[in-house]
Amino acid sequence: MSETANQKRDVDGDTAIDRHLEREYEAGWVTDIESDTLPPGLDEDVVRFISAKKNEPEWMTEWRLEAYRHWLTMDHPKWAHVHYPKIDFNSISYFSAPRSQEDRPKSLDEVDPELLRTYEKLGIPLHEQEMLAGVAVDAVFDSVSVATTFRSKLAESGVIFCSISEALQDYPELVRKYMGSIVPYRDNYFAALNSAVFSDGSFVYIPEGVRCPMELSTYFRINAENTGQFERTLIIAEEGSHVSYLEGCTAPQRDENQLHAAVVELVAHKNAKIKYSTVQNWYPGDSEGRGGIYNFVTKRGLCAGERSHISWTQVETGSAITWKYPSVILRGDDSVGEFYSVALARGRQQADTGTKMIHLGKNTRSTIISKGISAVRAENSYRGLVRISPSADGARNFTQCDSLLIGDRCGAHTFPYIESRNPTATVEHEATTSKVSDDQLFLCRQRGLDPEKAVSMIVNGFCKDVFRELPMEFAVEAGKLLEISLEGAVG
Amino acid sequence: MLKISNLHVTIAGETILNGLDLEIAAGEVHAIMGPNGSGKSTLAAVLSGREGYEVTEGSIEYFGEDLTALEPEERAWRGVFLAFQYPVEIPGVTNMEFLRASVDALRAHRGEAATSAVDFMKLARATCKQVGLDTDFLKRGVNEGFSGGEKKRNELLQMLLLEPKLAVLDETDSGLDIDALGVVADGVNTLRSAERAIILITHYQRLLNHIVPDRVHVLSGGRIIRSGGKELALELEEKGYGWLTEAAA
Ligand SMILES: Nc1ncnc2c1ncn2[C@@H]1O[C@H](COP(=O)(O)OP(=O)(O)O)[C@@H](O)[C@H]1O
Ligand SMILES: [Mg+2]
Repeated sequence: MSETANQKRDVDGDTAIDRHLEREYEAGWVTDIESDTLPPGLDEDVVRFISAKKNEPEWMTEWRLEAYRHWLTMDHPKWAHVHYPKIDFNSISYFSAPRSQEDRPKSLDEVDPELLRTYEKLGIPLHEQEMLAGVAVDAVFDSVSVATTFRSKLAESGVIFCSISEALQDYPELVRKYMGSIVPYRDNYFAALNSAVFSDGSFVYIPEGVRCPMELSTYFRINAENTGQFERTLIIAEEGSHVSYLEGCTAPQRDENQLHAAVVELVAHKNAKIKYSTVQNWYPGDSEGRGGIYNFVTKRGLCAGERSHISWTQVETGSAITWKYPSVILRGDDSVGEFYSVALARGRQQADTGTKMIHLGKNTRSTIISKGISAVRAENSYRGLVRISPSADGARNFTQCDSLLIGDRCGAHTFPYIESRNPTATVEHEATTSKVSDDQLFLCRQRGLDPEKAVSMIVNGFCKDVFRELPMEFAVEAGKLLEISLEGAVG
Repeated sequence: MLKISNLHVTIAGETILNGLDLEIAAGEVHAIMGPNGSGKSTLAAVLSGREGYEVTEGSIEYFGEDLTALEPEERAWRGVFLAFQYPVEIPGVTNMEFLRASVDALRAHRGEAATSAVDFMKLARATCKQVGLDTDFLKRGVNEGFSGGEKKRNELLQMLLLEPKLAVLDETDSGLDIDALGVVADGVNTLRSAERAIILITHYQRLLNHIVPDRVHVLSGGRIIRSGGKELALELEEKGYGWLTEAAA
């Protein structure tokens, strides 16, 4: 958690609340619809309601409806190596206003002590803990001044960074041009569902030739709170532009919505570079896995132009179930796709994650480094597809896929799929599975490290190649996060 | 400092140490020799607290404390150090961070502040030179891709930085060339002091030319069958173990 991200309790309570209300209004909340929360259930009216609430243009409403109709024809995917009870989509409410004060825990005393312990270890200030745990407090808001400074600096360089809702009001043509162009609603079950009912998310536009002057973090986005369970992100990098985007936060976040189905779309034009880093640490549930988040995400980037570059880096430690395959379509000649991933599953967690690299252009290159860690009774799967199409002369892929087991009852599985339809392409795949050995543990302990410190050090070493790719401050936090996540995994 | 009495140790139900007695005072260097499989590494493992070894009889007192009741890291905090016969690799964890974490862990338990990055770097580099390792080894993964000799030098590096009270070197000299042997000897001699005790497990008299031991013990069949001064090592070199083990049997 960065310094600047600290939330401030406003001393001037009244005006702060006023500002908050204003902000909701700005975000496109319409007042002529009475209800703020829909009862559970999903049908066309619900889709229309969401769209109307957000005051969306008609094409957007239509698109949502098409997605919904298509979703109805689809089946729940069964191929992932994860197990969970069937989700009853009619038991979910698809629109809810920010949680009312009464629904929230009254104080940190009502919050899972385990969660609080973790906050403490991460050094998160009290008021911020309250926000993360969803405690009802008088006025905990984004630090307005930080966000404002941030925005004006971005505006100077022409960068647009706002919520999707705002973008639909202010830049509808841009949204219309790109939304669904990378992840069509037909893509998969959860993408279809997201397209029908998405709540909000981020929109980023980097104009031609602009290097975004700072790392863009979801943390700074106004309206960051309550983007809900169906988040949608769209990032467009015009020719020759650069952007580094940070998503998530190392602090474990609670959410009463068990199902999360996000969609992220990236477009990199000629010579543009997008670096997308994620730290995902949703609540994994208690020791029996109860109450944990199901995280089903569709992330895909298009390297549209020559020499464009998209890099996904992720550290996944949270959620009860993670189902996520950030992918790159390498269409432009000489374009580059990268995927660096650390996925840690412990306790009863299940992670099925990996990537797809689709090589279409000539001399396209992709690199996949995946580090899977399983502890206790967790199941961790890597699933990767490298497809070289006939047009991709001289394409190259390198995949390295390492699994580390801590304990005897956990599992690691690797499912690499390679489809090469061009004889000039080179595809290399390396895979290893290792255990944190008794010898390694003993060496560390003999040198004075306690077992938990020892395991975290060994695991951090295992992840080094991926952490190197993270923005500096994220990397430090990621190391700390692993250490905390692994507590109790030994012995 | 260290008093081992009538020590019996089993691994998976099999008796490996069988009534071992050994007493070492601060300031002394003891050499332990003996045929392969006689239990030398087992003794080192039991002293450092490795799992899987059961003490079925006897005791180990270290500064008056029952050593067997302590976890491996607790022993390390109290100054017990083992230079491993077969050092293990920890990929991705740099030697530097590993050394510093170890040194700081020990300091913390002595109530001392953590080292400063700069000071520690200087010290680590100087010590690298002392054991004949290029300072680049500090940036590499712990023992990762090190040759046999480099691994042994790395053990010495750790020993010198951790400044143990009781150092057990398990065949640190095996497989080393003459130069490396000199480095091991210098390292041990540097460490040698009135407050420290050192146990050298070795097969070779040649190491004992450089490090003159106070006592030499012969371990066979899980117990010490002969103890003597430094001349005993010379005698062993000449005659082998046969005459002793036969006499003991
Ligand atoms: N983990 C183990 N399981 C079973 N037997 C072992 C194990 N470790 C050592 N031993 C046995 O204990 C005996 C002593 O071994 P060790 O202490 O390594 O001898 P040394 O170091 O003197 O060569 C040998 O017979 C060896 O096979
Ligand atoms: Mg041995």
